[in-house]
Amino acid sequence: MRLAIVAGPPGAGKTAVIRQVIRAFCGTYRIAYLKVDVVQAFEAEELGNEFGIPTRKVCSGDLCPDHTGIMVLADALSWAEEEAADLLIVESAGLCLRCTPYTTQALGIIVLPAIAGSNAPLKMAPMIAFADLAVVTKTDLVSQAEKEVFRECVRQVTPGIELVETNAVEGTGLRYLFKAIERCAEIRDPAAIVLRGTPPLGVCTICVGKKEIGWQHHFGTVRPLEHADHLYRGD
Amino acid sequence: METITEIAVLPGRDRRGETESFDRIAIRPGDTISIVGPTGSGKSAFINDIEVFAQADTVTGRSVLVNGEAPSEAICRDPAMKPIALITQNSKCLADLPVQDFLALHIASRRIGDVDLVDRTVAQANEFTGEAIGRTTRMTALSGGQTRALMIADALLVSNTPIILLDEIENAGIFKDRVIARLKEHDRAVIFVTHDPLVSLLSDRRIVMREGAVVDVLEPNGTEREALAELSAIDDRLSSVRERIRSGEVLAGGS
Repeated sequence: MRLAIVAGPPGAGKTAVIRQVIRAFCGTYRIAYLKVDVVQAFEAEELGNEFGIPTRKVCSGDLCPDHTGIMVLADALSWAEEEAADLLIVESAGLCLRCTPYTTQALGIIVLPAIAGSNAPLKMAPMIAFADLAVVTKTDLVSQAEKEVFRECVRQVTPGIELVETNAVEGTGLRYLFKAIERCAEIRDPAAIVLRGTPPLGVCTICVGKKEIGWQHHFGTVRPLEHADHLYRGD
Repeated sequence: METITEIAVLPGRDRRGETESFDRIAIRPGDTISIVGPTGSGKSAFINDIEVFAQADTVTGRSVLVNGEAPSEAICRDPAMKPIALITQNSKCLADLPVQDFLALHIASRRIGDVDLVDRTVAQANEFTGEAIGRTTRMTALSGGQTRALMIADALLVSNTPIILLDEIENAGIFKDRVIARLKEHDRAVIFVTHDPLVSLLSDRRIVMREGAVVDVLEPNGTEREALAELSAIDDRLSSVRERIRSGEVLAGGS
């Protein structure tokens, strides 16, 4: 079985890209789909009804959705095996730009809308840097020069990343994504799968339920506005 | 860049699933082609097929060959190698950058080392537009016409591709005669999607679209010369009246 993990900000077109992948491969692979979201998700029912494939969804509720995805991934792999799937597609909630849901023994796909603005790739840097392939969507809404400028901005984050540009609703240009999925190695040892990146350091006191604003009310890993680099440990 | 001697479009299907009637449409350097037909007839889809090098994987089912073969992956995917620039009807730029930064990024993406190119591109755009574009103006603050003028200048000088596709330039409110003159300067292939009679007649070939399909490819071969002369005169007259109105004149006692 192959594993494809799809991340990207909300509204980027992750589901539209996945729909095209399912359409392209449903004759060749048996596909299973897992959606991870926060409070509500509709994609699992939609794709299940549309293609008659096994789907699951998990809402993270009070937990971080990317953490949830990692927590449930081993179970999801067993479920997909039971469904005799050849390809498991996991779609992230697309909220956190710092946690990245990609694992080893999988194809990591970041979906980015071409309309996100030139600074967006740098803002989402970890989400792009740990991915194997970037799918740039909504290219029909921008000029050619803008498309090329956006591509250059993505390349500033990861010079060698494989880029696929598409209007995902029409499915143009996705043949290169399909090739990457075909090339992707199957899972060899599910027990050895680990996260590619290191998630942000926890646990912070906000995670455990303290609501006061201001670092003075918290302890462990804290951050004032001034005089702090990416991480400030103290107090 | 690989030398392009010919791009060929192979037939797809119309909206009812019928195969298009042409064998292949060849586009060569120096060709000017216009694509005409009612709105919704599939004109933009035709040039989009060329732009993405469709391989029977778009809604139309058409395929595009480069020099007689399926295009290489580099041509399709690397913008620095891509021989096609498409000027869409989009008249808004979403990249919130000053004009000079935007052009510099585009120039970098094409791996061009020319230091004057930003200035020359802005100057070229200003030849096409009424109100001048400044180097430090933000892309998002440009008018629709200024944006498209800049995109055409960018296609000519930065992308500098052998094939340029233009979707309804007549609607941009820019000097279309100057644009067409510049486009024809080099041995490029230029394809216009157009509703403008003059732009249509200035092309060597005319592709007629209906219900998503090519229904005719016309080569007037000079038979329209008289009509073209007449239309040019009408267009000149309209242009001069347009400029007078734009400059705030009142056209008293006939134009």
